[in-house]
Amino acid sequence: MNPPPSTLFTAPPEWQWLIVGYFFLGGIAGGAYFLAVLIDLVGDPLERPLARLGYLIAFPTVAVCGLLLTVDLRRPERFWHMLLQSETLRPMLKPWSPMSLGSWVLLLFGGFALVSFLAALADDGRGRWPRLAALRPPGALGTLVAVLGGLLALFVAGYTGVLLTVTNRPIWADTSLLGVVFLISGASTAAALLALLGRRRAGASVTGLHALERFDSLMLVLELIALVALVISLGGMARVWLGAWGALLVLGVIGLGIVLPLALYRRSLRLGDASGAVAATLVLIGGFLLRVVIILSSEGV
Amino acid sequence: MAQAMGFFTDTTVCIGCKACEVACKEWNQLPASNGGASTLSGDSYDNTRRLDGIHWRHVRFVEQFTPDRSQGRWLLMSDVCKHCVRAGCLEVCPTGAIIRTEFDTVVIQSDVCNGCRDCIAACPFGVIDINPASGTAQKCTLCYDRLQVGLEPACAKACPTDSINFGPVADLRKMAEARVGKLHRQGETRAYLYGADDKMLGGLNSFFLLVDTPEVYHLPPDPKLPTRRLTSSAWMSVLGGVLVGLAGLVSFRTRGSRP
Repeated sequence: MNPPPSTLFTAPPEWQWLIVGYFFLGGIAGGAYFLAVLIDLVGDPLERPLARLGYLIAFPTVAVCGLLLTVDLRRPERFWHMLLQSETLRPMLKPWSPMSLGSWVLLLFGGFALVSFLAALADDGRGRWPRLAALRPPGALGTLVAVLGGLLALFVAGYTGVLLTVTNRPIWADTSLLGVVFLISGASTAAALLALLGRRRAGASVTGLHALERFDSLMLVLELIALVALVISLGGMARVWLGAWGALLVLGVIGLGIVLPLALYRRSLRLGDASGAVAATLVLIGGFLLRVVIILSSEGV
Repeated sequence: MAQAMGFFTDTTVCIGCKACEVACKEWNQLPASNGGASTLSGDSYDNTRRLDGIHWRHVRFVEQFTPDRSQGRWLLMSDVCKHCVRAGCLEVCPTGAIIRTEFDTVVIQSDVCNGCRDCIAACPFGVIDINPASGTAQKCTLCYDRLQVGLEPACAKACPTDSINFGPVADLRKMAEARVGKLHRQGETRAYLYGADDKMLGGLNSFFLLVDTPEVYHLPPDPKLPTRRLTSSAWMSVLGGVLVGLAGLVSFRTRGSRP
């Protein structure tokens, strides 16, 4: 008889709803910023309001992320120990530990998100300091901010999956694909949120909304492929998902959150004017359920 | 550095008295669980159940009975932090709270830990947990304070059968090999050492003599470092980032090319 998998002999860290919330919002913050940068750098200038919306979403969302992470610590007042050594005040960084590197990148990304948030306000002529608009493309300085911030944003959207893998817990440590799944899902949920809010606030043009839907469709297809590969890569450990978690994954994450919105985006299923909004809402729900299944199913083992 | 110090726990002479658990709690001033009110596990004579933030030694009871309970077997093992030479908890700890001492042991500094719980998920043995009294991750320190003044750890001192042996790891390994040889000669040919050589996580400074497969004692058959998939995960994520970027270009750029 084969010995059982060694990840079954470990203890759960009790990362629960706050962490589920952080992983979901972190994906949205990173994804929204990345999409805003993309639209600013290569998109039609007519879509600048859509990019602006992305910056306006990214900063408050990443601020909430920092708050969730701090509250989740058992000693929240020591949150800064992640960044500075508490005795010497020298920088504390272990690049091979995703949580350590992630803390620094989250801080840096928060800074870029704030700068772009202010620049987006200034660009509109509404901020108190109109010269801050130079920190947003197309200027050279703005382009630099956008490129650096966009790379950090991608990291923030994806590193959480790698963080789960760099443990010894069942499911998490039994695959190398959680990072890529979370990254794609972050981009997808961010596009859905942009489409949803862009529609309401009339920030986006019809072509802008179509581009978002096209992008999200691609993301959903990629996510489906990555999820199937993830289940295959788990091998025998996927047995943990036989039951309620698997049902939630198949019906909630894949059915409700991927297949149904794809059908709505492709107009193979029609709900009149509401099609786009319903699809985007379903994508957001699916993205949240993905984090719920991945995190809580392992916690329960 | 002083010599590497550790434990050799010989499970064949453990009588399950739990003196080690009590001595550990006394010396390290660990609080009682559940405010001191006793709770029964209900399915075992062992009511400690597992190692956690307030149980740094745990005598595991392996109770195997036939359904009619006419036949049975007891195995007893005083479990503890393995003080791995390549320690997963130390590897991931983002605050630097987890250190390697001059005795080659692994210690969590409670005044540095902020309770992120990454080490709990990283430990291949499920040893670490939060101590609710401090709100920090805690585990066996191999009595770091006692070692610094030349005393042996409280559990080894209290053990009435010398199931728990403390000393320089090199000496313990010799002692353990001799013990395995003796048991084999006496007919207990199943006896073997778990974690005594460098193959398992570079060596466990706290290793065990067992007479059945590791999983019977709730020990992982093949413990690994948490970073084993870091490189592959990182590259897969980079690939994902490239795909997301390309999809973005395809989706948004087309309109930019209009006159």
